[in-house]
Amino acid sequence: MLKFYLKGLFRDRARSLLPVIVVTIGVTLVVLANSWVTGVLEDMVVFNARFATGHVKIMSQAYYENRGQQPNDLALVGTSSFMDSLESQYPEMEWVERIQFGGLVDAPDENGETRAQGPGGGMAVDLLSEDSGEIERLNLEKAMVRGRIPQSPFEIILSEQFADKLEVEPGDQVTLISSTMYGAMSITNFTVSGTITFGTAALDRGGMVADISGIRQALDMTDATGEILGYFPSGEYDDPEAASFAAAFNEKYSNPQDEFSPVMATLREQSNMAGFLDLIDYFKGIIVTIFVVAMSIVLWNSGLLGALRRYGEMGLRMAIGEEKGHIYRSLIIEAVFIGLAGSVIGTLFGLFFSSLMARGIDISGMMQNSTMMMQGVMKAKITPLAYYIGFFPGLIATVLGTALAGFGIYKRQTAKLFKELQA
Amino acid sequence: MKNGTIITIENLAKHYPMGGGKFTALSDINLTFSKGEFTGIVGPSGSGKTTMLNIIGSLDTPSEGATNVLGTTSREMTPKVAATLRKKHIGFIFQTYNLMSVYTVYENVEFPLLLLKKSVSERKKAVMDAIQWVGLTDKIKSKPPQLSGGESQRVAIARAMVKRPELVLADEPTANLDAKNSHHILRTMEQLNRELQTTFIFATHDDKVIQYLRRIITLEDGTVASDEIAKQ
Repeated sequence: MLKFYLKGLFRDRARSLLPVIVVTIGVTLVVLANSWVTGVLEDMVVFNARFATGHVKIMSQAYYENRGQQPNDLALVGTSSFMDSLESQYPEMEWVERIQFGGLVDAPDENGETRAQGPGGGMAVDLLSEDSGEIERLNLEKAMVRGRIPQSPFEIILSEQFADKLEVEPGDQVTLISSTMYGAMSITNFTVSGTITFGTAALDRGGMVADISGIRQALDMTDATGEILGYFPSGEYDDPEAASFAAAFNEKYSNPQDEFSPVMATLREQSNMAGFLDLIDYFKGIIVTIFVVAMSIVLWNSGLLGALRRYGEMGLRMAIGEEKGHIYRSLIIEAVFIGLAGSVIGTLFGLFFSSLMARGIDISGMMQNSTMMMQGVMKAKITPLAYYIGFFPGLIATVLGTALAGFGIYKRQTAKLFKELQA
Repeated sequence: MKNGTIITIENLAKHYPMGGGKFTALSDINLTFSKGEFTGIVGPSGSGKTTMLNIIGSLDTPSEGATNVLGTTSREMTPKVAATLRKKHIGFIFQTYNLMSVYTVYENVEFPLLLLKKSVSERKKAVMDAIQWVGLTDKIKSKPPQLSGGESQRVAIARAMVKRPELVLADEPTANLDAKNSHHILRTMEQLNRELQTTFIFATHDDKVIQYLRRIITLEDGTVASDEIAKQ
């Protein structure tokens, strides 16, 4: 009997081809949308990791508790030996030191008197070591508007907007008025080596980037650092891996009684990233839900239209002695096969197009200026989820749509169907 | 039921709701049919022929009165029982043939046997026999759109007969056929009636059919106007 139904299904293109095409298109779009959303949002996670959080970040216990204030008086000390220890114990990881700093930036006139000044906040990274990956990691070269990357400890990059406000040019001197990690006043001259666009309003108002060695001297942070960021060798954030890594680290190094003992936080635990990571999952859930509902409605309608066309056949089958329930089940069986075919083909198409998009779409040409916060290439990412995120909803939507359409037939009186058979 | 009687109809009435009231399609019908009859229910359009055929074929139920079709009474006629009765014992032939267009002649005729869960070999033999009865062995792989009206109706007859039912109900079977094809299929049905002792009941107002009938029941406005043995 199944063979009989399938013969009919495959021979009647209006019954098979059209629904298969509908399911295929829907599943393709779901797989593609999932891969695209995953790629773009995970790229944002990766970017956040590069810019601010690392995959894991080590701070002092007290710094972590007050991390919103970026309190350098609570920085880790003895970091050169600690870095050596980290690199020997976790050689697969890449470790970088960073200092977040802030203060008043003063632009003097030709007499050394204040001409303009404004509050600024900045990030000190390793810009001078030959093996440092920070310039590339922070997209600094592409984000430069004027000038060049600092080549000595006392050179600094200002945001283009900040430089405009202070009316300084590359080559001009500015003075950073801040406080040392011990609470004393710090006044240090820097030469503006260039200007940059960060890409966010807050940073563009008063952002700075300087070499960590110069900032260490300015803030009296010899052998100290605010944060040590760790990156997995794959370059991708893996939350479970990060969580277990951090738990093991904290078990070994962290001491709740010692506020200067190191503590490791995962990317998820920083800067509201937990909410962002959850948002990625919500997005996927929303895509699947919209797909199932929309596809069910489409297939319900096409099922109803198909069923209207087949009322004669239904009436005939009932007249010959087939029970309504049997007919209903045969419709569901047909739907399972249509759903399977559409879902398999749609998944393959979706994966194919996703793989093309995984190479990335270069949007840098569309942007007037590149920024530190925005990546020039947006790309899809195929995860194991892509192999089934469209498949099961495709199958469920087809069966659900047919089940709803089938009720229309199932509820009809035998005599009414029979009359339509005679019409 | 009396010996040889396969259908009894007692005080049958059928009403349909219409507007605020009801329309009476059949009333006060009392009839019996015996095995092997070749009977026609005749009358003008709207006289209740099809309604009566539907009730006999368990596709519809009486509003009043009772029926007993092949031992199953209208009181015990649940949808499941009715489906089983049609599946095992009743064949239908329609005015518009109602063949399934995506299936071949062979597959259309085979369908009732699939519902009866017959084995492949049983099905093959029964289908080939049925197709041979109606003279379409050279068309078994053809699909309905490739057949003429007469050929299509012969396939419908083969489909109705393939399970060797005790009762065949034919609703205006010649309405869409020319005279030559009408006589051809009527002779085929007459032959099957004689050879297999299958009871045929027609709903018709076609004179070509009426001349083949051995019993003619005339309906007028939903009641039996006459019930007579035909002059052969």
